[in-house]
Formats: sequence, C-alpha cells, structure tokens
Amino acid sequence: MSFFARFAQNRGALIGLIILALIIAMAILAPLLFPESPWRMVQRPFLPPFEVDGFVLGTDTMGRNVAAGLMHGAWVSLLIGLVSTSVALIIGVPLGAVAGYYGGLVDDALMRFTEFFQTIPNFALAIVLVAIMQPSVTSIVLAIAIVSWPPVARLVRAEFMSLRNREYVEAARLVGQGNTTIILKQILPNTLSPIIVLASLMVATAILLESALSFLGLGDPNVMSWGYMIGAARTVIRQAWWLSFFPGMAILLTVLALNLVGEGLDDALNPKLARERQ
Amino acid sequence: MKAPLACAVAACGLATLPAMADPQPGGVIDTIIQPEPPGLVLGMIQNAPTRTVAGNIYEGLLRYDTDLNPIPQLAESWEESDDGLTYTFHLRKGVTWHDGEPFTAEDVVFSADVFHRDLNPSARAVLQHVESIEATDDHTVVFTLKQPFGPFLLSFEAGTFTMVPKHIYEGTEFRDNEANNQPVGTGPFKFENWDRGTVIELVKNEDYYEEGLPYLDGVNWHIIPDGASRAVAYENGTVDVLPYGTVENFDVPRLAEMENTCMTQEGHEYFSPFAMLWMNNREGPTADKRFRQAVMYAMDREFARDVLWNGLGNVPLSAFGSNAKFQNEDLEPYDHDPEKARELLDEMGYDGEEVTLLPLPYGETWTRWAEAVKQNLSEVGINVRTEATDVGGWNQRLGEWDYDLAFTYLYQYGDPALGISRTYLSSNIEKGSPWNNVEGYENERVDELFNEAATAYPEAKREALYHEVQEILHEDVPVGWLLELGFPTIYRCNIKNLVTSGVGVNDGFKDAWIEK
Repeated sequence: MSFFARFAQNRGALIGLIILALIIAMAILAPLLFPESPWRMVQRPFLPPFEVDGFVLGTDTMGRNVAAGLMHGAWVSLLIGLVSTSVALIIGVPLGAVAGYYGGLVDDALMRFTEFFQTIPNFALAIVLVAIMQPSVTSIVLAIAIVSWPPVARLVRAEFMSLRNREYVEAARLVGQGNTTIILKQILPNTLSPIIVLASLMVATAILLESALSFLGLGDPNVMSWGYMIGAARTVIRQAWWLSFFPGMAILLTVLALNLVGEGLDDALNPKLARERQ
Repeated sequence: MKAPLACAVAACGLATLPAMADPQPGGVIDTIIQPEPPGLVLGMIQNAPTRTVAGNIYEGLLRYDTDLNPIPQLAESWEESDDGLTYTFHLRKGVTWHDGEPFTAEDVVFSADVFHRDLNPSARAVLQHVESIEATDDHTVVFTLKQPFGPFLLSFEAGTFTMVPKHIYEGTEFRDNEANNQPVGTGPFKFENWDRGTVIELVKNEDYYEEGLPYLDGVNWHIIPDGASRAVAYENGTVDVLPYGTVENFDVPRLAEMENTCMTQEGHEYFSPFAMLWMNNREGPTADKRFRQAVMYAMDREFARDVLWNGLGNVPLSAFGSNAKFQNEDLEPYDHDPEKARELLDEMGYDGEEVTLLPLPYGETWTRWAEAVKQNLSEVGINVRTEATDVGGWNQRLGEWDYDLAFTYLYQYGDPALGISRTYLSSNIEKGSPWNNVEGYENERVDELFNEAATAYPEAKREALYHEVQEILHEDVPVGWLLELGFPTIYRCNIKNLVTSGVGVNDGFKDAWIEK
C-alpha cells in the first residue's frame, strides 16, 4: 500500500487534509480577494453578517470587514504555527539526539535542563517571555518555540536510546563511521516519523498559544490574527456574537484539522501500530 | 474701592440648580467607585477616585457652576481688589466639623498655608503667587498676592484647596495622623465605614449648615474590580449610579437605553479631560511641522468620537478646549483631509521612515483608538508601527522621550494657566515625567505669551495674549489635539439633581434626592 493510500484509509485524516487545504488557500488568496488592509474601516460598525452585500461576515466594533480579517488572520496564524514549530524542532531535536545517543552524564545534564523548562507551566512562561520582549511576531514565535521544545527533546531522546544499540548502528560503527555521521545518517532518519506526527500536533498547539496570547492583549498590535479578533470582540460579545464566533470557528477548525492530519500521518507512517489499533 | 463681586447665596444657587419639584428627603444611594481609592483624606491624596468619594466629605471655599463661575460653599461671599492683588473671603457662620468643633478662619489659614504647602503640589503651584494669608477675624480671610494671577479664584475647588481641620492636624505628622482613617470634614456626608475591597459607606451629616441638605440618608460606594460585573450590577439594580469610568464605552448605549435610565456628561467642566497625541518635536519625521500638520489632517477625529466614544465629547479646534477660557474661535479647523495631508508629506519629502506609536494602556477604547489612528495615518502613506506597553512602560517611555507618537489625556482645570500652558512651556521640559512638556516644543514667543498672560490683569488683556498664543500653536501643532472627552454618568431617572456643578462628579450627592 502506498503512503497516501494508508493515509486515506483514515477518513478523519482525509477530511482534516481538505479543511487544512482550504485554510491554506484562504491564507494565500487573502491579498487577492481583500487587497486592502484588514484594519481599514470600511462600513458602519456592528454590521451583522449576511446583511449587506460584500460584508458576508459583517463588520466589527470599528467597521472593519470581519471576512477580510479572517482571511488575513489565516496567514498570520499558519505562519506563526509553522515557524515556531520549526524553531522548536531546531532546539529540541539536537538536544534529544545528543542526550539519547551519548547517555550518561551528558544525558543527565541535558535532561535536567529540559525538566527545568517542563516544570514551568507553558502558558505562564510564554506570557512572561512576550511581556519582557515586547509583543511582536518575532517575540511570539520565540516564546512559543521556547515553551514547546521539551517534548520534542524527550521524544527524540527516547527514540535514540532504543535505536542506538541496534545491529545496523553497530555495523556502522564497525565500518568506522563517526558519532556525528551515525547520528545524522543512521539514527535520525529512523526517528523522523514520530517527529513528523508530533510536529503536526505542535503546529496546532502553537496556533492555540498565539490566539491565547493575542486574546490577552499580548499579540503583535500590527497584525490581525484570529486571537486578536476574539480578544477585541470579547467585551462586546453580548452586542455582537459574530465577532468572536467566526474567528473562534476558524481556530477550532484549523486545530481540529491539524490533529486529524496528525493522526492520519501516524497511521500512514506506523502501519503496524495502526493495524494493531484496529 | 472694592469691586463688588460678592454673590448672594440665594441668587447664585437658583441660577445653577435646575427648577425642581419639592425634594423628598430620605433614602440611600448605592454607587460604584473604580478603582478603589488609596485613601480618603482629600488634600493629602489627589487621585481621581479619592476626589470622587471624599468630595462629599470635605469641602473647599468655593464651588463652580457648569460655566466655571464661582459659587459659594464655605465662603458665602468674596471680594477682589481693583488691582487684582487682594482677595477677601467671608466665611459662613455656624459651620461645624464632623466632630462638632466650629469651622473658623484659622482652619482656612492652616489648610492653605501649612497643610497644602506641605502636601499638595497643585495647591503649591497656586501658592507661589501668594504673598500672605491672614485671618482678620473668625470669619474673614484675606489672601494677598505677589502679582495678579488670573485663575486665582478658580483654585478653590474642594480637591485642590481642601479645608482640613486645624485642631486635628496642627503640630502632627500629617501623613501618620490616626485621624486619616476617620476623615473629618465639613461636607454633607460623614465617613461611616470602609470595608476594604467591598464598600465605602458615607452617612448624612445631620448638622450640615445648609438647611434641609443633604436629602439622602447615605451613599454607599461599592468596589467591583471587573468591568462586566459593574455593568451587571447596574442592570440587576445593585447600584443606581454609574460614575465616569466605571463601565466600558460600548456598554454605555446599552445601559443608557434601559428603562428609567438617564445619562449626563455634565460635572466634568472643571476638569475637561482633553485627549492628545504626543508628537516628538525633537527628532525623526515628527520634528517637521509639516509632518505634524499632516497627522492632524489625516486623522478622522469625528469617526473616533462617534464610533469609539459613542458620540460623546467634542472635536477640538486647537490647543484650547471649548470649556477653556479665552478660546480663539477664529482659527481654521484641521478637518479630515487626507489629500492635504499627502501634499504636506510630499512637500517635506517624507521618505516612509517608520514612526512608533504608543497607545494609552487604559483599556479597550484606547487600544481601538490607536488602531484607528494608525489606519488613518497609513492611508496617507505614513509608516506607523504600534508598540504595546503596560502603564509602567508607557510612563517610562514618555518620561525618557523614547517615542514618536503617543496617546494621552490631560485635565485642563478651567484656566489656561492651570491646565494648558504646562504642555507647551519650554521651562516644563524635563525628563522623567509623562505629564509635562513631553513633546519637547520650544518657542520663545509662546513662553513669553503664556508667562505674561498668567499674571496679566484684567481679563481682556489676558484674552489678547492667549489668542495670539493659540495662533502660533495652531500653526506649529506641537501635539495632536484629538478629542475633548465626554465622560458619561449613568443613573436612574428618579434620582434628581445628581450633578449640579462643574465638579459635579465629585460633589454631586449634596443636592441629590430620590423621587419615590
């Protein structure tokens, strides 16, 4: 069975993939469909959805087009999700690899360091980091990456520990390959599938984290993100439900889609496990 | 020869109080104070919430009507000499402190000359013009000035020149005095109880010197930290009066539409809060006058008022608000004109250099406002980056002059010499405070005019000087003039006479009564 066939066996994963594709399309099409800035005040404020042509989702407290905000927000949310996950991987994978491969004192030192981050509640740490660095896209990406790399390091370490004494690693060592080569060429490629699955879920978490930060007013004030939209709408929720409803749905669907896709990837990459589950 | 400025109690009273049915005595009003005040001894503490609660416990020599004319309070009449140097106040007779001691001229001299000189910076600013304060008899006090000071009669409001009891404070460490926990004033209400974090209770002063006043048996100031809960407290009838700043702006229309609900913007005339946009005159594009003018033309201030402030407030013409004395009405308004803004930017050769904008971190309305201004400015091609800060960060950045554009709002205190000149005088440029000449505007002619006008006499002479200074400021645009804010007081319509003076938010319950 091909990779995609295995993936598609999971119906949920297929649906997730479709939703995700739609959201990516939204992000890409945003500048084409709404060339004007989503901050532009274009109609009277508090216009309910489906009332005026061209403003399908209504307008917000200041007469800005909710649909435009939603589309431009997709770009911001996806960008922050992907970049911060990449940064977290860049930190977590090497740390985990080194700890798992060498073991002993190195492992102890690195794992105590990792635990130091794990014992601080994620969200609290992210808030503190963003508040110190001043809210901006860069500081938010960094903060999310810093709070989300420890699980990556843990996972990679565990994989490395179980793989480092396999016969093919021993063989590589016998033919004279150095530690670095063994880590990069022999073991790492074999740990990729769980990393990919974890990463897809991390993108979802990152989007949630960014939304939560923006909701608290710690988002980048220069970009329109979904979290910002909900945060700004929270106080008027009794007058204008649609202002928090649509961005809320967008976040829900994106996170759901990413989770479904993650599960599908898991099935496709670990066919043995998937069969056992059934 | 003395100018007869004395104001008969009855005549002035009638002029300011709206015609009314027979007031019915009795009843207690529940209201909200936000945030909880740090203490209640007015004169020692000047925060807005302290003024609002303690303005009912303490009094000053004068009150002000909504046109800022002085009306009698503890002084029943007063005279001003022709040369503007001597002011004589005749005190009411038969006034007692809440502890039963009589209120006399000695208390006035002590409050002004000792207590406020020591503790109160805003009173000190006025006292620097005062040569001597004397009690000529038990009920007469004479202030002699070094030079005429136009706004002198405007400084006797309860929050600035609070009358405090000499017999309690004389010879003590004022700040450590035990009586600070049990404030003693002459006002219509007495301090009863303060349950920290929950409620401050005031009860009727049975011995109040004005016959029949107050009508109410008491006022309870509830402390509710969450904005949404404060709105709910009014909706479910826990409280009947919402003073300024207790609910978010977008809740105002909803609450105002409720049955038996009235709203007024009066009672702020003395303070006249004026929202401004600091523009750093020292460096960057904002140092260019044409850039600052472009900002004025680019902003849609009517939109901000109508959408963000629910139509409350005034779009100001220039540096002097509409409540300020000596406003020059002949100036050409800065209308919303993006085309003109673009022309000015082209003329100065603006190259798209990024400017930073600091919103005022005082809640939703201010955040939204900064977004709207940023959008206005980017539509004429100004490259703005918003930098969100907390209150501490905002104070610090402004105090260090580390900004290009920043929101703020300032009180005007009824006279240009008290509330306006401080923003433009070059002598007020000093690092460390976000309330002085933060923009760094320096203009010798403006300094001269403001200084001369503060002590010029009579009024006509001041007017001419102030008109000239406004023309210069209007052309130079040292700061952006955003909006004269309208702060609503929301209350049940059966509460009558709630706001009766230009500082009515602070001394309103004296005349209030409940229609049953």
